[in-house]
Amino acid sequence: MTGVVIVGGGHAGYQCADSLRRAGYDGEITLVDGEGHLPYQRPPLSKSHLLNDTGEEALLFRTQSYYDDHNIGLKLGHRITAIHRADKQVELDNSETLGYDKLVLATGAKLRQLDLPGAALNGVGYIKSLDDIRYIQSHLNQTEDAVIIGGGFIALEFASTAAKLGKKVTVLVRGQRILANAVTPELSQYMLDIHHQHGVDIRFGAEVDHIADDGNGNVEAVRLKDGTLLPAQLVLAGIGVTADTELAVEAKLLCHDGVVVDAQCRTNDPDIFAAGDSARYNNPFTGREIRLESVQNAVDQAKVIAQVIAGQDAGYHSVPWFWSDQYDIKLQMVGVHEGYTHFYQRGSQEDDKFSLFFFRDDRLIAIHTVNRPADHMAGRKLITAGVSPTQEQIEDVNFKLNSLVKK
Amino acid sequence: MPTVNYVSFDGQSTQLELAEGMTIMQGAVMNGVEGIEGECSGSCACATCHCYVDDAWLAKLPEMSENEDEMLDDTASERKPNSRLSCQIKASAELDGIVIHMPEEQE
Ligand SMILES: Cc1cc2nc3c(=O)[nH]c(=O)nc-3n(C[C@H](O)[C@H](O)[C@H](O)COP(=O)(O)OP(=O)(O)OC[C@H]3O[C@@H](n4cnc5c(N)ncnc54)[C@H](O)[C@@H]3O)c2cc1C
Ligand code: FES
Repeated sequence: MTGVVIVGGGHAGYQCADSLRRAGYDGEITLVDGEGHLPYQRPPLSKSHLLNDTGEEALLFRTQSYYDDHNIGLKLGHRITAIHRADKQVELDNSETLGYDKLVLATGAKLRQLDLPGAALNGVGYIKSLDDIRYIQSHLNQTEDAVIIGGGFIALEFASTAAKLGKKVTVLVRGQRILANAVTPELSQYMLDIHHQHGVDIRFGAEVDHIADDGNGNVEAVRLKDGTLLPAQLVLAGIGVTADTELAVEAKLLCHDGVVVDAQCRTNDPDIFAAGDSARYNNPFTGREIRLESVQNAVDQAKVIAQVIAGQDAGYHSVPWFWSDQYDIKLQMVGVHEGYTHFYQRGSQEDDKFSLFFFRDDRLIAIHTVNRPADHMAGRKLITAGVSPTQEQIEDVNFKLNSLVKK
Repeated sequence: MPTVNYVSFDGQSTQLELAEGMTIMQGAVMNGVEGIEGECSGSCACATCHCYVDDAWLAKLPEMSENEDEMLDDTASERKPNSRLSCQIKASAELDGIVIHMPEEQE
């Protein structure tokens, strides 16, 4: 028998299986994931997971019995190694083959690895998977000094977590500001101040020369190109990811930095779909092809695929949104701020409650909020509906923004 | 282990025992109780885990944060005086037997 085969059991893969059943699809569903764990959620890994005592079970999307009850076949700990499009089959690393009517690629992204002397030492880690976080956890006790390489969300979330755990934290950033790819200089500066307030040392223009060995294969320090030596028992590299398109490229599906999909999340093979971190699509809000690395994108694309496979009318038009937790700051972003011409601020930075409203000419295109979730929620509706508040409405914190769109 | 009673919008009830510290949202999602989504993994960032807490338990709940309060202003189903985000409530001996009513929709 054949049905839907889903490659990857991350946010997109899991969601697709779940949504297929909710949409009434009653064919076979097989979810294959190379990691040997029940599908789990990644965002808490760099945030609350190391601080909570609820353990790994709390990361799971569902328990095993959910998959059994909904007749969703799981093949965990096995990678799919090839797609044979002509035969509509995939091949697993144990040489097993699976036939499919529809194939969903939810392969996510791959970690960018450090390419430095000392990168393989004991105590050098990453945060992408449950195994990664177990590794880090196993090094925490003997860690006093943690050095974090990278200035993006995951690096900074881990900096916040490590600082809360009482570690002395140094963050090494190559460029001149943190979160440079995600937020504007105002917000980078604000977040920098927050990290400073929590005793985290952030070095800009920092180039790592090598990671030094203690003589027993463990990390002892990080040496910068300018000669600085930073003691460290744990080095965390958060230097980004790249779309995992290996299978798709080999199967000669259209790819360029992501598997290219249409508004139904279909690749150039009508029986093969792609969603999540590995998919590139034409974003209606920016008018160009983009690839997003976010839960929202993975979940919403997966839902569209499930509906399309179940024979329903669906298209991917969601406004992108994202969040990050650092200390007691909740950062939320909606829309794409790139190409903005000006912005207005609501609330005040002194109160640690403010939002930046980005406009391209007279159109609201994005909102970045700090501890103002109501602005974020209203923003999702405003941007989706194409409604732009005026400067006065934005700056008046008593004005209810959602009144502009409420039914 | 504390028990949580989930009552769906159409009145069906499901009883679960949750480990202490597990949130009401996690309990529902992990065990496939429909009506609570939990898209942001409990970060108080999505409001898809909205629930109505049975009045008898309201007074025992931890106070809500400003963030939760704001998120509740934009839930898909109507906010009521007993509205809470279920990812912000942890199962505990104190809340043993709590009754949670699901809203009509989450998004
Ligand atoms: C630490 C961390 C924190 C994050 N925090 C946030 C956040 O706060 N907010 C937010 O919106 N996003 C966050 N993200 C990003 C978010 O988790 C990703 O965008 C999301 O997981 C993408 O889902 P996906 O299904 O595309 O990929 P993934 O979740 O990466 O899943 C892909 C899966 O496919 C499997 N796979 C790949 N190839 C094969 C193969 N050939 N055979 C079998 N299995 C295969 C992989 O093993 C993997 O399990 C975070 C990510 C990380 C790592
Ligand atoms: S799970 Fe997202 S707000 Fe509760």
